[in-house]
Amino acid sequence: MSEEFKIEIIDPEKLFFSKEGITEAVVPAYEGEMGILKDHISIISFLKPGIITIYAESLEEKFYVEDGIVEFKDNNLSILTSSIFNLKDAKKDKLQDLLNLAEEEANNTEINDQSKYLINQKIEVLKSLN
Amino acid sequence: MASLDDLKKRILSVKSTQKITKAMKMVAAAKLRRAQESAERGRPYSEKMNNIILNLSDGISNKENAPKLLSGSGNDKVHLCVVMTSDRGLCGGFNSNIIKKAKNYFAKLSKDGKDLKIITVGSKGNDQLKRAYSDKIIANISFKDSKHANYFDANKVGKMIIEKFEAEEFDVCTIFYNQFKNVITQIPQAQQIIPLNVENSKENNAEDSYEFEPDEDEILGNLLPKNISTQIFKAMLENSASEQGSRMSAMDNATRNAGEMVDKLTIEYNRSRQAAITKELIEIISGAESL
Repeated sequence: MSEEFKIEIIDPEKLFFSKEGITEAVVPAYEGEMGILKDHISIISFLKPGIITIYAESLEEKFYVEDGIVEFKDNNLSILTSSIFNLKDAKKDKLQDLLNLAEEEANNTEINDQSKYLINQKIEVLKSLN
Repeated sequence: MASLDDLKKRILSVKSTQKITKAMKMVAAAKLRRAQESAERGRPYSEKMNNIILNLSDGISNKENAPKLLSGSGNDKVHLCVVMTSDRGLCGGFNSNIIKKAKNYFAKLSKDGKDLKIITVGSKGNDQLKRAYSDKIIANISFKDSKHANYFDANKVGKMIIEKFEAEEFDVCTIFYNQFKNVITQIPQAQQIIPLNVENSKENNAEDSYEFEPDEDEILGNLLPKNISTQIFKAMLENSASEQGSRMSAMDNATRNAGEMVDKLTIEYNRSRQAAITKELIEIISGAESL
């Protein structure tokens, strides 16, 4: 089909996920969720904590990310992230652990506004998952 | 000449040493494969990261407002050197090569009148450097407990470096590590990570017009700290592959040397055994003749 593009999710240790034939991807970009379709303009942005959703013909994958960089170019979507997992594999208590950790961090008063914003975002996302 | 018993003991001891070095070689070979695989798997990440940074720094309009991690602090006075070595010995010239490279660099820095600060990663480097540079070493990090190089560890080092940079404790940061070429060759490398050397940006600027969201400066500000950790992680991966490769060839040599030694000692042992028999025979014969 012509309405498809390729996605690569890379973490520092390996190629985490790679697939062709993607019809749509929704990524939590820093300034809001961003849906990407084929022939999107070349773009670079970075991610805030959230859910990446990938739609292919007969498949829908969801990933949780905490940070990362997105690059879209020539119908190649590359996502670089150091913290990602597939929601299918995620255990309830792991999510709870992450939430606890994030809440602890949020109580730290010495962090700057930007990281505060990111942490609150993270808590929100994790809460919605639990 | 050593007695027969002594020779026997020596042969035995060399043989058991040979067994150990042989086992270490096998272990290193297995670990090397794994380390090499993870080094290869980690390559796409750092390459992509590099590409994006190249694209971004091309697009940056105003170099003066560029993040300090890219443009530098404006000074060139205090140099931070991160020397990455292994935690274990018996790996040939692996550690000494890095240290030699680092020491040459230190000597050059002090000749130019720069201030020097050192962070050692890995205990072997610390052992070798603390005699001459104990007052310069500001931190020693060791990942003895981690089974293999992981990003989490690299990130810790990266964060520490960035904290120190933001506190203006240094101006230029260089990392030292061994680049893995093949099992017998590892090349000690000095790589400057702060400020970042943006090279060969000429190739791919014309047609790439990216949209940035938010703007370039902000993305770069977010990306550069990550790049530090990525570079360190890359160095760690290269280092662990190099360490295993170096250990493997060192142990291979040791096993071969032990084999040669066993051969030599066995010949000597047999010779003295024959000499003893001949001596006994002569004694018997001359005893019989004198009757």
